[in-house]
Amino acid sequence: MQYWNPTYECMHREEMTRVQTARLIDTVKRVYHNVPYYREKMQKAGIEPGDINSLEDLKKLPFTYKQDLRDTYPYGLFAAPLSEIVRIHASSGTTGKQTVVGYTRKDIDTWAEVAARTLVSAGADRNSFIQVAYGYGLFTGGLGIHYGAERLGASVIPISGGNTKRQIQIMKDFGTTVLACTPSYALYMAEEMEEMGIKKEDLKLKAGVFGAEPWSENMRKEIEERFGILAIDIYGLSEVIGPGVATECPCKCGLHIQEDHFIPEIIDPVTEEVLPEGSKGELVFTTVTKEGLPLLRYRTRDISSLTYEKCECGRTSVRMSKVSGRSDDMLIIRGVNVFPSQVESVLLEFGETAPHYLMIVDRIDNLDVLEIWVEVNQAMFSDQVKRIEDVENKIRKAIEVTLGINAKVKLVEPKTIERNEGKAKRVIDKRKI
Amino acid sequence: MLVKQISVFLENKSGRLAEVTKVLADNNINISALSIADTTDFGILRIIVNNPDKAEKVLKDNDFAVSSTEVIAIAVPDQPGGLEKALRVLNEESIGIEYMYAFVGKTEDEALVILRVEALEEAADKLVKNGVKVLSADNVYKL
Repeated sequence: MQYWNPTYECMHREEMTRVQTARLIDTVKRVYHNVPYYREKMQKAGIEPGDINSLEDLKKLPFTYKQDLRDTYPYGLFAAPLSEIVRIHASSGTTGKQTVVGYTRKDIDTWAEVAARTLVSAGADRNSFIQVAYGYGLFTGGLGIHYGAERLGASVIPISGGNTKRQIQIMKDFGTTVLACTPSYALYMAEEMEEMGIKKEDLKLKAGVFGAEPWSENMRKEIEERFGILAIDIYGLSEVIGPGVATECPCKCGLHIQEDHFIPEIIDPVTEEVLPEGSKGELVFTTVTKEGLPLLRYRTRDISSLTYEKCECGRTSVRMSKVSGRSDDMLIIRGVNVFPSQVESVLLEFGETAPHYLMIVDRIDNLDVLEIWVEVNQAMFSDQVKRIEDVENKIRKAIEVTLGINAKVKLVEPKTIERNEGKAKRVIDKRKI
Repeated sequence: MLVKQISVFLENKSGRLAEVTKVLADNNINISALSIADTTDFGILRIIVNNPDKAEKVLKDNDFAVSSTEVIAIAVPDQPGGLEKALRVLNEESIGIEYMYAFVGKTEDEALVILRVEALEEAADKLVKNGVKVLSADNVYKL
């Protein structure tokens, strides 16, 4: 099986434009009539649903920012009645407030469809055993791939994240053929596997779908060699739907966007102008089939570029280049979104003045590690070692609770963290991806 | 009876201690006792100086994290069992010692020791009552 849904994945450009246009017009109408927040936004911009008649008109629509989701927390942007919502997912936010997404039954169906296309493009079929090692829960990673695998008729192994030894044992004993997890976790597994004395020949693994964090071609090569598999990059974000928004095919030349559901644009993040094909800029999505949380021109903050050239694999869908960075200060550490302001909010509780800190992210043995340097202030300092270590521990625990990942906390002398005019340098990312 | 001790936060990297002593020297402050508690990542320098208030101020002005705590300074006979007598008193009164260290300089036949305990006043009282020589702040700063 080469494609899951060739009708859409290999559709002619004119036909795709026709489909997208009809769906866009319908979405704009629905959003305008069902979501007061969007209606107001559009009225402020002087736009009515009747003004949107073609894909060209897309650029007239106002952008949606993550902040809009926070401002309308939790359900303010939902376009379907809450009685129609069958699922809620959420992703972490800067101030502890999460970004909430709601799915109708049809949205879940759409999600399964796009996730199935993703898995098929990695070579999976109904005979596959798919080990889903993304986390299950509010995070969309686990359940998204799960639905895709079920839609495909494959056998799902819903193991979720963690417990690496068990993951490997199950991979071997159950005959897993497709692994789904973050790329850094895959490499971590490879090392653990070596320690356990299990060789890649002992496994039936053929492919892996890896995403939720940036990774490099070198990492891909290493994963492919150590497991003897095809490793493909997948892209998704919960606001848009979750995993399944875009996926590589075995050509590994960009990620095919499921554009019958999500229309992409590339814009200049500063001027907000739409950029021509091939230019690098911020990726923006308009969802055109979602009912629960349709989004107009959602600013992903991910830096990428688009190409409409037909792919060797036969798919005609637009491809996005591997995400090469972020247009804001958000960090993705071990697949978790981390904002410096979260660290700031924790530290504010430990001193009387604005905290000075530096987050140092590195990748050691293929796992992301976060170290946070905190300048000691009078409130933290004591003449006794145990008191200071106590403060360090309290900060570490509070950060773990707030960020959802653990970090090493190191106290440093006052005024030793570099200060720049205006914006303080809060992050050093040493990861070589 | 209590003596002011100045503590300074030091990162474990070269040149930090020298920076503290330079600030003190530049301000004509004399150190009469010191100790360093060290962990993997940081150290705490504790010093007794001739002018603790000034030392605290100049160190803070130079961006060090500084705290001022009260400690007890005792003089014990410079002979076997000298320190033992003082510590026995505290032990009998169930007063725990957080840390202690000895003076750099000392008088002819006495050793001078700094004690950091939780129940400061009580500890000083018991020591005096049991015949241990507790030094006054003024005497210590002059050393």
